[in-house]
Amino acid sequence: MRATAGRDAAPLAVEAMARGHRLRAWELAPWLIAVLAYFVFPSYLALGSQILISILFALSIDLILGYAGIVTLGQSAFFGAGAYTAGLLAAHGWGEPLTALGAAALVAAALGFLSGAVILRTKGLSLLMLTLVIAAMLQEAANKAGGITGGADGLQGMEVWPVLGLFPFDLYDRTAYLYSLAVLFLAWLAARRLVHSPFGRSLTGIRENEARMHAIGSPVFRRRLAIYTIAAALAGIAGALLAETTQFVALDVLGFERSGSALIMLIIGGVGRLYGPFIGVPLYMIAQDRFAQADPVYWDFWIGLLIIIVVIFARRGLLGLAEQLLQKARRKP
Amino acid sequence: MNAALSAAISIGFHGLAYAMVLYLISVGLSVTMGLMGFANLAHGVFAAAGGFVMTRLMNGYDVPFPLAVAAAFVAVAAGSVVIERLLYRRLYGADELSQVLMSVGLIFISVAAAKYLWGPLAQPMTPPAYLSGQIELGARSFPAYRSFLIVAGAVVVTLLWLGLERTRFGARIRAAVDNRRMAQSVGINTNRLFTWTFALGSGLAALGGALGADILAIDPGYALEHLVYFLIVVSVGGLGSIRGPFFAALLLGIADTGCKYLLPEFGAFFIYALTLALLLWRPQGLFGRA
Amino acid sequence: MSAALETHGLCKSFGALTVANAIDLRLERGARHALIGPNGAGKTTFVNLVTGVLAPSAGRILLEGADVTALPQAQRVKRGLTRTFQLNTLFRGLSVLENVCLAVRERLGLAGDMHRPAGSRRSVLDAAYAALERLGIADEAPRLVRELPYGRQRLVELAVALGLEPKVLLLDEPAAGVPSAESGIIVEVIESLPAEIALLIIEHDMDLVFRLARRITVLVQGAVLVEGTPQEIAADPRVREVYLGETARR
Repeated sequence: MRATAGRDAAPLAVEAMARGHRLRAWELAPWLIAVLAYFVFPSYLALGSQILISILFALSIDLILGYAGIVTLGQSAFFGAGAYTAGLLAAHGWGEPLTALGAAALVAAALGFLSGAVILRTKGLSLLMLTLVIAAMLQEAANKAGGITGGADGLQGMEVWPVLGLFPFDLYDRTAYLYSLAVLFLAWLAARRLVHSPFGRSLTGIRENEARMHAIGSPVFRRRLAIYTIAAALAGIAGALLAETTQFVALDVLGFERSGSALIMLIIGGVGRLYGPFIGVPLYMIAQDRFAQADPVYWDFWIGLLIIIVVIFARRGLLGLAEQLLQKARRKP
Repeated sequence: MNAALSAAISIGFHGLAYAMVLYLISVGLSVTMGLMGFANLAHGVFAAAGGFVMTRLMNGYDVPFPLAVAAAFVAVAAGSVVIERLLYRRLYGADELSQVLMSVGLIFISVAAAKYLWGPLAQPMTPPAYLSGQIELGARSFPAYRSFLIVAGAVVVTLLWLGLERTRFGARIRAAVDNRRMAQSVGINTNRLFTWTFALGSGLAALGGALGADILAIDPGYALEHLVYFLIVVSVGGLGSIRGPFFAALLLGIADTGCKYLLPEFGAFFIYALTLALLLWRPQGLFGRA
Repeated sequence: MSAALETHGLCKSFGALTVANAIDLRLERGARHALIGPNGAGKTTFVNLVTGVLAPSAGRILLEGADVTALPQAQRVKRGLTRTFQLNTLFRGLSVLENVCLAVRERLGLAGDMHRPAGSRRSVLDAAYAALERLGIADEAPRLVRELPYGRQRLVELAVALGLEPKVLLLDEPAAGVPSAESGIIVEVIESLPAEIALLIIEHDMDLVFRLARRITVLVQGAVLVEGTPQEIAADPRVREVYLGETARR
C-alpha cells in the first residue's frame, strides 16, 4: 500500500486490512488452468496428478517455512508416513480412499505433533539437523521393516477402491487427476483461511521477530507446534494421494530427495506467498519431465546451478520478481 | 579367546578406524559452522573430492599412495578457497534457507559432475602393498590398512590439537569462534581467517575422504549419503568445538559398528534415536557452549 | 494492598561477572518510577530479568503479589507486565497497523483463531488504530515499519505496548533516538497514561526523568545505590559523584 498524506488515508488502510482476505479474481486462475489442462492434455494426466500432489506437499512446507520461518529438510517423514498408512490399509483389505486419506492425515499429524513437541524447542541449525534425523530414522525403519513395508522393493499388492464408490482409478489417470485436484483445492482453501486468520498472522510475526512475539504475550512454542502438526497432516495427505493414485509406495517417499526438491520448487516460485508452489512446482516438474529422462546427470547439474543462481540473485523467487516489477510499474507517474 | 571379547575388540577396532575418518572429515565442518554460523550441508563434497583425486591419481596415473593423499589434501584445500570466495562469501549474512539451498545446489552439482567424469560406480581403492594384509598383535591379527588409518588419524589429530593450542593461527581461530565481534575489534581479520580455516577444514575433509576410502566408498553420491552422519558428529560434538566432534565421532563410530554387527535388523535406527536423545538432553552438543 | 511489581534480592551472574546484585525494587500501583544509572549499570538487564527474558541466578519477582519468577515471558505479559525495548524490536516487514494489531489480538485472546479472517474483527482494528492516534502516527498505519524513520518507529514501539493495555509498564529509554519534534509526543503520552498503571522508565535524559518520575532508583554496577524522591536523588552527593557529575553542578 502506498502511503498518502492526509487523515483519510489511514482509515482506508483499516478498511483495506478488513477486506484483505477477500477472494480476488486472479486467485481462481490456477484452478481454471488445472481444469482446462484436464481437457487439453488428456495424455499427460499422470504427470498432472504428480504435479498436483507435489503442490500440496510444497504447500505444507511453505506453511512452516514461509510463514513460521522453520527451515526443515525432513518433511518427507510425514509424506512417507501418510503414504505408507494409505498403502498398508489398501494392501491389507481396506481400499477405501477417502477414509485412508483421513487415516494418513491423523498418523502424519500425530507424528508431527510428537516430533515437533520434542524438536521445536531448538532453533536454527540444531532444528534443521533434527528434522533430518527424524526423516532418516523413519526411512531406516521402513527399510529394515521390509516384511511390512516391502523395503527396497516397495509396497506391493495395493488395491484401491473407487472414489466415493463411483469413480474407479483408471489407466488414463482421469480419476487420479480429478481426485488430486479436488483434494488440493480443499487443502488450499483451508491453508488460505489459516494464513489470513489471526493465527496465520501471528505466525508471520513469529517469523519476523520472535523476541517481539514473546514480548506481546504470544505462546510461540504452541503456535509453532500447531502449524508444524497441521503441515505434517497436509504432507501426510499428499503422501496418501501418491500411494492411492499410483497404487504403490517406494522407500523414496521418505527420502531427502523429496524434501530437497520441494524446497527448490518453493524457492523458484517464491516462499511465504501461498502461491509460490503453484508456480514453482509445475515449472520444475514439467521441465524435469522433459529434460531429466534424457540425461539425469545434466538435469542434476543444471538444477544445482539454477538454485545457486536463484538464491544469490532472485531470492524471493518468481513471485518476488513479479512483485518488484509491479511496484516499479506503480511508481511510474 | 572367547567370542564376546573377540567381538568387542573387533567392534572397538573397526569403530575406532571409522571414528578417525568421521572426525577428520567433520572437524572442518564444526569449525566453519561454529565460526561463521553457516549452514553448510555441502561439506561432504570436499571429502568426496579428496577421495576422487586420490583414487584417480593412484588408479589412472600410478601415483604412489602418500603422494596421492598429499595431492588430495592440497588440491581440495586450494579448490575450496575458490568456492569460498565465489559462493559462500556472498551468503554469510543471509538467512538460513538461502544457505541451506546454496549448499544443496552445490551437492547436486558435485554429484552430477562426479557421475559425468567418473561414472556412477564407486572408485576402487587398493592400499599399497606395504599397508595391505594383516598385522599380528598378540593373539589377534588386524587388517593392516585399518591399523594404519588409526595411527595416521591419531597423528593428524594430535598435530591439529597441538597446532590449535600452540600457534597464533590456532589462537585466532579459538578467539573468533568464541566471540567474532570481539575478535574483530582486537584486530583479527576474520574474513581472511575464515578463508584459511575453511581451506584447512576442507583439506582435512579431503584427507579423511581419501584415507577413509576403504570404509566410506568413493561414489558420486558420497556427499548426500553420509550427510546425516557428518551433521550428527558436528551437532553432538558441539558446533565450533574442535575436541567435541572427536568424542562424538568415537561414540558414533563405535556405536554404528556395534549396531550393524550386533543388531543388523535395526541398522542405523538406534544411532538416530541416540542422537535425538543426546541433542534433547544437551542441545548445544557435548562440548558446545550453551 | 500488594505492590504492582516487586523484586526481592534479584541477582544474575554470568560466571564470575555479576550483572545484578540483590536488587530490591517496589513499584506501587500508579507508580511513576525512574531507573537511572551510568551505562553498563545493568538497567536493561534488570528489565530482562523482570520480564523473563533472562532467568535470575537468585531472587524473586512478584507481580501483584503473585510469584512469577518461574513463569515464561509470554505469561507475564498476559498478567499485565509489558515492556518496550531499548532498540526498536518491531515487525519490520509488516505495516504499522499490523504491528499493533498483533499485540491487540494477543491481549484479546483472539490470536489463536484459525478460521475467521484477521481483518474481520473491527474491535481489533479500532483499538489498534486508536493506539496509533494517541501517538499521532495514525497516518502511517498502512506503511511498512522499515520504511519509517527510526524516531517514528520508536512511536510504533510505544503504540504496541499501549495496545496491550498493561498494568505494569517498563519503558526502556523510550526517547532514545527520537528527534526533539517527536519526543514531545512521547512525554505527553507518558504523562497521560492512566493513573492506575505502574510505570518504570529507564532514561538518560534527566529533564524527562525529573519531569515524569515521583521516585527514582539509581543503579550502579548491578546494585542499587540509592532510592528516593527526585529532590533527594538530586541532592545526594554519591549520585552526583557517580552519575550526575558536571550536570548537577550547573
